[in-house]
Amino acid sequence: MSLSRHARTYWIGFAVIVGLLILAPLVLPEFWRRFLTEILIWGLLAMSSDILIGYTGMVSFGHSAFFGLGMYGAAAALLTVKPPNLWLAIVYGLAGSAAVALFVAYFSTRLRDIYFAITTLIFSQIFYVIIFTWTEVTGGENGLAFSRPGFGIPGVWTTPFTSTTLHWFVLAVVAGSYLLLRRLTQSPFGMVLQSIRENEARTRAIGYPVERYKMVAVMLSGLFAGLAGVLYALQNRFAAPDFVYFVVSGEVVIFNVMGGIGTLVGPIVGAAFFLGLREGLSRLFPYLATSFNLPYLAEFPYLVPVGLIFIAMVIFMPQGLLGFAKRWLNR
Amino acid sequence: MEIPWDIIVIQTVNGVVTGMILALVASGLTLIFGIMDVVNFAHGELFMLGAYMGVVTLAATGNFWLALVVATLIIAALGAALQVVTLRPLLGRDPLYTILATFGISLVLQNYALWQFGPVARKIQEPFTGQFALFYLQYPWYRLLIAALSAAIIGGLYLFLKYGRYGIWIRATTQDRVMAQAMGIPVPWVHTGVFAMGAGMAAASGVLFGPLVGVNHAMGLDWVLKAFIVVVVGGMGNLGGSIAASIFISLLEAYASIWVSPSQAIIVSSVVLILTLLFRPTGLFVPTPK
Repeated sequence: MSLSRHARTYWIGFAVIVGLLILAPLVLPEFWRRFLTEILIWGLLAMSSDILIGYTGMVSFGHSAFFGLGMYGAAAALLTVKPPNLWLAIVYGLAGSAAVALFVAYFSTRLRDIYFAITTLIFSQIFYVIIFTWTEVTGGENGLAFSRPGFGIPGVWTTPFTSTTLHWFVLAVVAGSYLLLRRLTQSPFGMVLQSIRENEARTRAIGYPVERYKMVAVMLSGLFAGLAGVLYALQNRFAAPDFVYFVVSGEVVIFNVMGGIGTLVGPIVGAAFFLGLREGLSRLFPYLATSFNLPYLAEFPYLVPVGLIFIAMVIFMPQGLLGFAKRWLNR
Repeated sequence: MEIPWDIIVIQTVNGVVTGMILALVASGLTLIFGIMDVVNFAHGELFMLGAYMGVVTLAATGNFWLALVVATLIIAALGAALQVVTLRPLLGRDPLYTILATFGISLVLQNYALWQFGPVARKIQEPFTGQFALFYLQYPWYRLLIAALSAAIIGGLYLFLKYGRYGIWIRATTQDRVMAQAMGIPVPWVHTGVFAMGAGMAAASGVLFGPLVGVNHAMGLDWVLKAFIVVVVGGMGNLGGSIAASIFISLLEAYASIWVSPSQAIIVSSVVLILTLLFRPTGLFVPTPK
């Protein structure tokens, strides 16, 4: 089998990065191991929203709803079925997010541009209010806590997750989702989505049922966001309404813009950049406060500098880190 | 079931009062959208900062009305500065980028306010505490005054847009940006001016609303969400529509909170939004497009 030079470089690069991510938990201390796993999970969520933002040209400000329903779906499976079953948690989580995605897709795809963004935002807020106030089922403000299921085939062989094997599991799911989404975006289906982004009226005129394509895109995106929610629930062993709040959706959009939309990898890079900045800055300010005797800086919120960096990137670097790096390499 | 008339009357008054404040917030939002296609995510934060400026000025001077004017002017200046620094470079780009930029602004302002003013809610003392009897309640006059003042500000805005020299500039720019520019209207400065006006109106409503609830750093979020619902239901960029929708939605939420908790009442307005999108996606209060 002969690959083109470009494809070969791509696959070598992919193998190297996945290889490094496989080895990373073996050398990293516990905290950074969990941090890396978390980047992968947020990256999957951001990647799922890239299907809409980058490929179809619809900005979703409601991805927290899909993510949160994935979380609560997993929680439902882990709390009601004994013994807790990993695969059932994934199925429940995906079912939950799919149901919400169907609902949101049906209504919001009638609208375009800003209207779509606002509608998704308000839908996610409806789900937030429902989850927040329906205390008997969802645990309300406190959320739900549960134990982590083991990995394996139920009834035959199971083994509990360690933070290293959980990292590998998450990595496998994220890498698999990436390959699947990459294939999808290169398929005829993905091409139609991109043509909707470029010129919706013409796509419709050619004869594609644009609304149906958009609905499928929203549902697909919602499913992968739900998968990210399940992984997050497995990692942290709780589900909380905070993750359904629209601020999470906003962060997902930030990941996308920081990393570079329409690239699938970009959002993961963006998530890593954002979370790295957060870790760095939330250590920097207390450090500055103690070493330069500026006590008022100790509590300085990291989101102020992150927000300023974000605004600067929107203005000066709209193609994101990845797009910027690509242009710089090709120079 | 017996109909609780007294509660319904009280809730009608409440609904109209919040509706007028919401109309003040939403008309700034819809003005900004109508003229420059910018969905201002930071609108709620301007509302919140306006309320804080009111708290600070009130503490310094002790005069509520002075605080109202000072807060409005400061936040209008802040709005003009924000527009020049962040939105002007984005002119002509995809509206998506303006949403993102204003979202960034809202993150910065909200977290800055949390750091500067702390998580404890501040209180604005109402300028007078007179009350009148409304069934079993002692209803504060101040609330009715808020509604009247909001109506006055919106009425002033309407007259300004209709007859004022700069108001005509604004309307001309909304209709046709390129033609307005060709006629010698300084379009970039019209944009800045409109953003400043919207910001000032948000700040004024923040100060007016401050005495009813505490002032805290997250108060903008609720309002901006409600204002978005109102602006979509009323028809984006349509001033009269947003005012009608504000009162309509607030009345509905006020009636709904007779039976469910106020935090769940937002679901009612969301349902209105969904129905609007299904049957009249251009907005409830606009003439049917031909």
